[in-house]
Amino acid sequence: MEAFGLLFHGFSVALTGYNAWLMLVGILLGILVGVLPGLGAPNGVAILLPLTFTMPPTSAVIMLSCMYWGALFGGAITSILFNIPGEPSSVATTFDGYPLAQKGRAAEALTCAFTGSFLGAFVGILLITFLAPVIAGFALEFGPPEFFAVYLLTFCSFIGIGKEPADKTILAMMLGFGMAAVGMDTMSGNMRLTFGSPMLMQGIDFLVVVIGLFGIGEILVTMEEGLRFEGKAASISPRIILRTWASLPRYWGTLLRSACIGCWMGVTPGGATAASFMGYGIAKRFASEADKFGTGQIEGVLAPETAAHASGTSALLPMLVLGIPGSATAAVLLGGLMIWGLEPGPLLFSSQPDFVWGLIASMYLGNVAGLLVVLATVPIFAAILRIPFSIVAPLIIVVCAVGAFTVHNSMSGVWLMGIFGVVGYFFKKLDYPLAPLVLSLVLGDKAEDAFRQTMLASKGSLAIFWSNPLVGSITTLALVLLFWPLLAALWAKRGQSPISLRRNGVRS
Amino acid sequence: MEDTAKERAGTLLGSHAMVDAAVAVVTFAVGVAVMVNTGHLGASWVNGTPEPGYFPFRIGVVICLASATIFVRALLRARRSREVFVRLDRLRRVVAVLAPMLAYFVAIAYLGIYVASAIFVAGFMRVAGRYSVVKSVVVGVACSIALFWLFERQFLVPLPKGPLESWLGY
Repeated sequence: MEAFGLLFHGFSVALTGYNAWLMLVGILLGILVGVLPGLGAPNGVAILLPLTFTMPPTSAVIMLSCMYWGALFGGAITSILFNIPGEPSSVATTFDGYPLAQKGRAAEALTCAFTGSFLGAFVGILLITFLAPVIAGFALEFGPPEFFAVYLLTFCSFIGIGKEPADKTILAMMLGFGMAAVGMDTMSGNMRLTFGSPMLMQGIDFLVVVIGLFGIGEILVTMEEGLRFEGKAASISPRIILRTWASLPRYWGTLLRSACIGCWMGVTPGGATAASFMGYGIAKRFASEADKFGTGQIEGVLAPETAAHASGTSALLPMLVLGIPGSATAAVLLGGLMIWGLEPGPLLFSSQPDFVWGLIASMYLGNVAGLLVVLATVPIFAAILRIPFSIVAPLIIVVCAVGAFTVHNSMSGVWLMGIFGVVGYFFKKLDYPLAPLVLSLVLGDKAEDAFRQTMLASKGSLAIFWSNPLVGSITTLALVLLFWPLLAALWAKRGQSPISLRRNGVRS
Repeated sequence: MEDTAKERAGTLLGSHAMVDAAVAVVTFAVGVAVMVNTGHLGASWVNGTPEPGYFPFRIGVVICLASATIFVRALLRARRSREVFVRLDRLRRVVAVLAPMLAYFVAIAYLGIYVASAIFVAGFMRVAGRYSVVKSVVVGVACSIALFWLFERQFLVPLPKGPLESWLGY
């Protein structure tokens, strides 16, 4: 139970006045970006990141991770009150959340969503607290081949699990790798892919890309749809909260299932969005009145929110112990870690215990505080949403421009952001997934280094990826996931033998 | 009415599938550019070590392959689907953000970010939101003052400044 001692030490780090204040600021900003269309957790964190360069890393990561929790909470507000998902991960919440609001049960739905989120996150944090040190200890033995195999597993699972067409996922990912290679080669010192442009020599910064793709791209898509916000009123009284809380134990099965799905989807980078849909689907399958789903069932709000938040939280587990983020926001946080001068990976636990355990403790505190803050401030944020988009849109663009400028203190960041905004618009409309692009952009250099070091050690033989049981099983699993859509299609074709039926059932 | 708009949009940007194919052509070109550029650096194996272009060259190859399958699938889809990429009236709304945004970026370089932001926010509100001049200007100027306070005073991060700021002594 060494974890308890370290965790208490973490609480003492997180509970200093300065850090607690940053926690609150992070949560409020997070709810704000979660509520506003065009701003989400990945680009919200990316915009704020350059401002944290002067802060102590522990305080910075506490603020930014709290922003992430806030955004996850905030996404539910727009889904339930306005039938507009503020975050992709809260799309599934609209199915039953908005009908509940229409029936005048908005307060109940909101309480359920927030509490579900909180419980999901709590399970995710427990997982991190007790599993992370174990995995980190285990991963200390990892060499370049093992690391490359884990990277491969991450990228392959995106292709296998993602709902977008496999070729588009691969293309998005490779473009990310290509952009990561721009600039100076870390091993040989050569300039690569700069095409003689001095702007490209310093490399393409992932923060600028994230702000462009997610921020400007989202604004363009939102403007095209011409959103009009016509929402339901929200007022939450303590009496309704307590009554809803009293009814929650009835849904323990749904909560537990969703939390488990969420944790699994977060650790393997399936993402919060996929987790929320899966949580919703499974809850519907297990429900006694499945046909009432979509008309305003409490479980239909609880399940996706619990799964999404559990997934969002546990996405930080692989980021902390292996340096591999489980979501786009975790990828941005990972980039932040590197900028703050911390080397993500298993060594972090022994070399920076204050940082790691301060962050983990802040997750507990941040989610408790987040739940209370969001319950108290729902009416305010609902009012912000009623501000017309013709005021909100230019303000968001100004914030994005300031964010892109501060990355390198140069206008080239702003122009690059504009270009990626247009790219993001086309990619979003054409169903290209953006998370793999960000992930490979952040991880590209590290994955390449791991690959080249491995190749140096093996003198160019790929057999090294099967040279011991550990690396062999990770590599094999990665390849299975990569070809999963093909395998599943073959299975389905082979006829309806009892085994294939059962396996397909498990898969879907 | 809506049908003619749809048809005109069709001639302007093409169907969803055609845009899909066109984007695949662009990414294919990117893949070729990556291969050519890294091919110069050497993409093979010399003296028992991979050259600097080894990894990116293969990335370029995969970009081309993926673009090719996307292109083919898009063409196959183009035969049966006539889904429009973006209707003309909707495209107009996109341009209505994009054009002032680009003008704003140019203005930042000449006027500094504070003046440019105030003009951009006020102008956008006035034109797109049809707010009164007074309301638009108040929100625009308030936005810039808030930015100034936050960045120059609180975070001590200098943002681009222009003639007005130097006249005021910053």
